[in-house]
Amino acid sequence: MTIYTEEFRVERGNFQEAGSASSKIKRTLKKMGISPAIIREVAISSYELELNLVIHSLGGTLKLSIDGSQLLIISEDMGPGIGDIELVMQEGYSTASESVRAMGFGAGMGLPNIKRHSHEFSIESELNKSTRIVAKYNLI
Amino acid sequence: MYQHSVRVDRRKCVGCTNCIKCCPTEAIRVQKGKAIIRGDRCIDCGKCLGACPHSAMVSVTTPISALGCFKYNIVIPSTTLYSQFRGICKLEDIYAGLYALGFDAIYEEAKAAEILAEAMNRYIHGPDVVFPVISCTCPVIPRLIAALYPSLIDNLSPFVSSNELAARVAKAEFCEATGIPASEVGAYYISPCSAEITHMRSPMGMEKSEINGVFSVRDIYGKLVDMIGKLPADAPCMIEHRAGAFGLGSAVVGGLSIAIGTEHYLAVDGMESIIECLDEIDNDRMGGLMLLEAMACRGGCIGGPLTFENQFVAKNRNRRLQYSQPRLDLERDEHVQKYVDSPLIKCDKEYEAKDIMKLSDDMLEAIRMMDKMESICRQLPGLDCGSCGSPTCRSLAEDIVRGQAVEMDCIFKLRDKVRQMAQEMVDLASAQKRG
Repeated sequence: MTIYTEEFRVERGNFQEAGSASSKIKRTLKKMGISPAIIREVAISSYELELNLVIHSLGGTLKLSIDGSQLLIISEDMGPGIGDIELVMQEGYSTASESVRAMGFGAGMGLPNIKRHSHEFSIESELNKSTRIVAKYNLI
Repeated sequence: MYQHSVRVDRRKCVGCTNCIKCCPTEAIRVQKGKAIIRGDRCIDCGKCLGACPHSAMVSVTTPISALGCFKYNIVIPSTTLYSQFRGICKLEDIYAGLYALGFDAIYEEAKAAEILAEAMNRYIHGPDVVFPVISCTCPVIPRLIAALYPSLIDNLSPFVSSNELAARVAKAEFCEATGIPASEVGAYYISPCSAEITHMRSPMGMEKSEINGVFSVRDIYGKLVDMIGKLPADAPCMIEHRAGAFGLGSAVVGGLSIAIGTEHYLAVDGMESIIECLDEIDNDRMGGLMLLEAMACRGGCIGGPLTFENQFVAKNRNRRLQYSQPRLDLERDEHVQKYVDSPLIKCDKEYEAKDIMKLSDDMLEAIRMMDKMESICRQLPGLDCGSCGSPTCRSLAEDIVRGQAVEMDCIFKLRDKVRQMAQEMVDLASAQKRG
């Protein structure tokens, strides 16, 4: 049973607010007294997911959801969808544009990094529709 | 027991919201018209001292009359003290003034900073280091980490602060040279900041501080300025181990990093900026960074709340002082090498996380409280006016779920309630009587 949820809208291309959803999530988790080791992992993956929404998606939501024993970070977007999931899961693969790279983002490694920093990781995507990524953490 | 240096002068406090708004750990509330500092949350940064327009936030330092407590007195002048004096560039004048105040020996904090810099240089090139190493020369930093960033505790430098090291080395040297037992010797620090008083009373990273008293730079400035120039020409004015340019530079943020000699460091001053950088480090976005030198006060110690001189003027004087002294080769300096490996330099107690953010020790309970807090927060006006006595609507919501406040503390909520009750009265009065 879900005992806590918090949802944040993330806009495409809004670098001014990029990172604010993940830092709010982190603050929430600190208040909950969740172990610092897990907070650190969640902070890393939620930041990557948020930045992916800003850079690659047409906009979407980042959601924190907790049931008694599991914590979920869910990223859902409104497209454009990923054609080849295997490809994006490769280390170093990047589709980021030159302008985004010039800002220090888009060096690749986003998704594999999220996977490394989560206990369970799943990605579903439909090209030209949407992508849903879930990073799961066991609290107990 | 309340261990902090900063206290509220209730006669001067008018219950405005300036202090509650500036506190980085949300440690202050206004209750019944007066500010109250929550000791468990205060990290002694001293921001409220500068923010209060009524001078109602005061820092309690050691009175100069305390000098009679020990038979022998050593003074540890902070490097900031040197840059307070208009027209005095010769450190000998300041030393002479300190001897004339009744101190038996002088040991400069700047010299201890040189020992620390050399030790830190060796440490960051050694094995088993958690990077970035976070320097603890500013006493606020370990307190901030313990309170808000428990995951970074292992990054804290294993060394004591420069003034603590100065007190330890000064006593060791004095007792070695004179044969006087340590119990008869007191060490007094002349401090630019309030956190040093708290450090003396309840230090972190050690059982007990060797500092026996903390005077404010301002108090000593007043005494010295009166005396300097009136002293006889043959008054004693020499000290044994003088610091060079590197040590003197440590009063300004970035000075310690330069003395350590690493290029991959961050030198950050001011609480907001430090918190921003700690977030970056905490989120693993500072790959390869070796050192974080953070100082709670703007500009570094020269911007401390207990100083007299404008920080930018002081910074200029500090720079001129640095130029007047040699850049000692710390690897060859005999005194530095004598203490760089000594046990005196190391913290002998683990830092403990305080984790003041946590709503409850029981995680499920904390999650429920967080949920309740969010729903209360949505009902509040979101103006963060501070009239309730909490710094923001969110913190009022937190105080409510912690049982330390009620919803009617919000003046907007109260007004709605009054309006609703008034309407009920009207409805009641105009209700038709049956029959």
